[in-house]
Amino acid sequence: MFYGVTPVSRLFLGTAQYPSPAVLADAISASGSEIITVSLRREGAGGAHFRDLLQASGCRILPNTAGCHSAREAITTARMAREVFGTNWVKLEVIGHADTLQPDPFALVEAARELCADGFEVFPYTTEDLIVGEKLVEAGCQVLMPWGSPIGSGQGLRHEDALCSMRAHFPDIPLVIDAGIGAPSQAARAMEMGFDAVLLNTAVAKAGDPVAMARAFAGAVESGKLAHEAGLMGRRDMAVASTPIFGMAALT
Amino acid sequence: MRVELNGEAIRTQATTLSGLIEERNLPAASVATAVNGDFVPRTLRDGTALSDGMRIEILSPMQGG
Repeated sequence: MFYGVTPVSRLFLGTAQYPSPAVLADAISASGSEIITVSLRREGAGGAHFRDLLQASGCRILPNTAGCHSAREAITTARMAREVFGTNWVKLEVIGHADTLQPDPFALVEAARELCADGFEVFPYTTEDLIVGEKLVEAGCQVLMPWGSPIGSGQGLRHEDALCSMRAHFPDIPLVIDAGIGAPSQAARAMEMGFDAVLLNTAVAKAGDPVAMARAFAGAVESGKLAHEAGLMGRRDMAVASTPIFGMAALT
Repeated sequence: MRVELNGEAIRTQATTLSGLIEERNLPAASVATAVNGDFVPRTLRDGTALSDGMRIEILSPMQGG
């Protein structure tokens, strides 16, 4: 599924912006997530504690290249992360615009090509653009992570029809909705549409009660996945009675 | 010697990248290093000599989305 790993939980959780390390640890646990994202930064206070927390979580680590604006920065960051975290996995972000945090697809493909050739297993943060997706797959990516909407915006699936097209266009590539999810209903919708996982951070970290919200997202993602597997009914324009007409009494 | 460490101009007595990590009391096993924008693997830190004006990044695992 994801480079040979098939997690039971299809919720990937970010570790930033929680009110405290204890809340983060409890939220990870409540979310049921088996895969969590982390970053590399200049050492600040609490670094050692965070490393212990990661280890205690038992989760698989997906290091990101958040904040990188060029292929070179992202490649260097990925190599540093591989050594520190001991994993070939990398969530590849190459940001093209500071306000939208929209990926720069040209630099993204360039960085993905170099990292895949260097043995990385790349999870590229991309848009719903099909051609960019194809170029990433050609570059060696075996997973694609289209945005739902801009990072941290909570707008959900802003281009739902385009994401449906993407799902249909890449039937054999695991697709993860990464970024922009604000509510469990939006995560459930992504899973109903057939996406393989949802990656989110702010919606849990900035909730009034992050631990409860982590639990809410866990339920939503699981429900959406079950619904997709069960097969959703088709939409109709007009009503269709569910109670049979046959056998109805004549009471007039 | 003057180098730039994590964006800050510093003076150091260290002559190698490993020496600098030791001097700054950083946990060598859980940091990653880059010099002038290029990754320097752990195994090459001893052999990486510092020079004036070098831009050094020493990074640690942190929270991320």
